[in-house]
Amino acid sequence: MSRPHLPCRHVIEFLADYVDGELSTEERSEFDRHLAVCPPCVAYLDGYRATIRLARETLLPGAEPEIEDVPEELVAAILRSRRR
Amino acid sequence: MVGEPARALGCDPMSRSEEASPEGDLAAERKLLARLRGGEEAAFAELVKRHGGRMLTVAQRMLRHHEDARDAVQEAFLSAFRALDRFEGNARLSTWLHRIVVNAALMKLRTQRRKPEASIDELLPTFLEDGHAAEPSTPWREGSDETLSRRETRDLVRRSIDRLPESYRTILILRDVEELDTEETASLLGVSVNAAKTRLHRARQALRAILDPHFRAGGPS
Repeated sequence: MSRPHLPCRHVIEFLADYVDGELSTEERSEFDRHLAVCPPCVAYLDGYRATIRLARETLLPGAEPEIEDVPEELVAAILRSRRR
Repeated sequence: MVGEPARALGCDPMSRSEEASPEGDLAAERKLLARLRGGEEAAFAELVKRHGGRMLTVAQRMLRHHEDARDAVQEAFLSAFRALDRFEGNARLSTWLHRIVVNAALMKLRTQRRKPEASIDELLPTFLEDGHAAEPSTPWREGSDETLSRRETRDLVRRSIDRLPESYRTILILRDVEELDTEETASLLGVSVNAAKTRLHRARQALRAILDPHFRAGGPS
């Protein structure tokens, strides 16, 4: 298998564009060729994607009870402020 | 900026956990809007009760203290009341209010920022002259992101996010949790699109580095 053309530094630097689907088809192919022969970059990419999922699932509604009812005193304070 | 009409967004960030609202909800929303514009007191109370809980949830995600979150929600509603006439109705009320409370929380964060942030350079990968990573990454455990059902894992992730300097924590929440797009995030933060992209990438890298010892194969479970 041939050595990857892109250096790891480039792949890691532009990983967000790869993950967020903002690379051109040609650039994406180059990334894929690199990843096919570079296990450390694959490990970094997998951890990067897992990090995004972990953050989202930890903080999103559903991960913990959402505040369904706004406290009465806050409702009252908001309505009082409006009248001023 | 607070209170300006929101652009129509592709999603309804405050209704993700619900099923799609029936068309009847839209009609009810239009009626409520008409009552609000007519200055009906009960309509304002209805708006606050209907959306206040979710807005408080969003504010609490962004701000570390409960009191700050309450202040942000109060500010957000006052901004929304003032801007009602400019609400174009091409976005859902909940989407519009979501943007306003995000903006109010950002304003709160700006007023709190007193000292320079700590550098995250030590959490970013480093490279040798030939472009290879100085410390090659090792894989995370299988299913490392499926362990969130464990309370301690969620607590670990939450504490790790809270370790990020505020500007990195904020952009991570805006983009990866609140799911605002890059352009809107950049606009809200008053930075260029490229700066927003770079900051988000560094935030993700820093959080990955903080989580790495806990999730890498062979590390503590």
